[in-house]
Amino acid sequence: MARYGMVIDTKKCVGCQDCVIACQAENNVPQGFCRDWITTESKGKFPTIEMEIRTERCNHCTDAPCVSCCPTGASHYHDVGGVILVNHDECIGCKACIASCPYDARYVHPEGYVDKCTFCIHRVEKGEDPACVSVCPTYCMHFGDLDDPNSDVSQLLKSRKYHSLIPEAGTKPNIFYLT
Amino acid sequence: MNEITTTRHNHMIDPSLTVWGWEIPVYLFLGGMVAGMMLISGYFLFKGRHKEDNCSCYYLPYMSIILLSLGMVALFLDLEHKLYVWRLYTTFQITSAMSWGSWILVLVYPILIVNIMMRPPKIVEEKLPILKEWKNKLLSHPLLIKNIGVLTMFFGAGIGLYTGVLLSSLGARPLWSSSILWLLFLISGLSGAAAFVHVIAKNVYERELLAKADNAFLIVELFVIALFLIGLKTATEVQANAADMLLFGDFASSFWVFVIGFGIIVPLIIQLLAVNHKIHHTPIAPIMVIIGGLILRFIIVAAGQYSHWYALN
Repeated sequence: MARYGMVIDTKKCVGCQDCVIACQAENNVPQGFCRDWITTESKGKFPTIEMEIRTERCNHCTDAPCVSCCPTGASHYHDVGGVILVNHDECIGCKACIASCPYDARYVHPEGYVDKCTFCIHRVEKGEDPACVSVCPTYCMHFGDLDDPNSDVSQLLKSRKYHSLIPEAGTKPNIFYLT
Repeated sequence: MNEITTTRHNHMIDPSLTVWGWEIPVYLFLGGMVAGMMLISGYFLFKGRHKEDNCSCYYLPYMSIILLSLGMVALFLDLEHKLYVWRLYTTFQITSAMSWGSWILVLVYPILIVNIMMRPPKIVEEKLPILKEWKNKLLSHPLLIKNIGVLTMFFGAGIGLYTGVLLSSLGARPLWSSSILWLLFLISGLSGAAAFVHVIAKNVYERELLAKADNAFLIVELFVIALFLIGLKTATEVQANAADMLLFGDFASSFWVFVIGFGIIVPLIIQLLAVNHKIHHTPIAPIMVIIGGLILRFIIVAAGQYSHWYALN
């Protein structure tokens, strides 16, 4: 089975937020909320300070705590690519999944159910890239099957140094950042 | 230097998690109290104390049902998609503590109703004479009553430990990543229930017994809190930081003053003096214990949401 993931080149990301706007437009994200966002991390000590700009979203973890804690099964692994989705009419809005996510990637939609990034599965199933990937002006975002050794994302991970976010949380995130 | 800025601005997520307000701590507190009451009531049944006419095992099940129902109302109020609450009972998710809890709560009601059957309300008994027959049948089988006592204790312990497991199963919040949070909530529920029964018990023996038991529960609770904090301090950096929030940080003053001070140590001293007949029993100490238990839940829920893995960076 495929395992969909993203590889994001932090050397190319300029934090323009095109991906954020594209996601909001594509998925009709309510005003004041976002499924993806830009994080800027600066670390080090002068004069050796490093800055990383990256676009973040749900990591579609392989061991997703949001799925295991959901009392109704609304949060689930989708058949296609192991993407984590939420069935709106099964979600009771208990917010356990929000509390269980180390990335704080979920929020309560004004209609009451919990919402998050879907990797634009409706586009992916038609063979298209997620909206955020397709609009990126610096081509810093790559989407594909991490289990396919010949995919674009697997090749990038073979050729470059990378990291994931909070790997120590043990959720096996499927978004990787090239450094 | 390590500075993180984000453009994310989701309601109840940023700048720090606040998805659970007053409803969850109130539910956890009432659930703990009910757990403690069921353990006490079940123990009295098991020991055959139902033969005493004014045994608290006759009215604790009523109070348990009322408090548990209030807790479930609080839980319901917390839901954001309220009309879909029935979805909880169309499935059983084995890995979800909340799914376990929702089914345990359903099983607890029949147990409490069986407890009530031993002395149903007089008005109901007059209208439904069959209840009197059932009551007499129940009371004529001591072994059956013992077994009801064991079941009551079993499900009481189930609710008590579930309230802690619910939080500690959410590993993304370092403060809750403790394997003894269930024990802390269970013992806190027991001490709160013992304090409550101590105040309302009509039977003098039970009042004295529960005052002594409450002192023991409070001492054990102090040890469990110490172990809880030591466990966090000696674990990962993020868990140590989470413990610091209670020990020295934003939640320290309310934790030390209201939970440890006025919630455990002061009532413990008052009750130790009372059971040694140095002063008279007053409801002050038990009320302090009960309020301390409520504040403990508020602090653990709020501080837990505030604690985060990013504190590592």
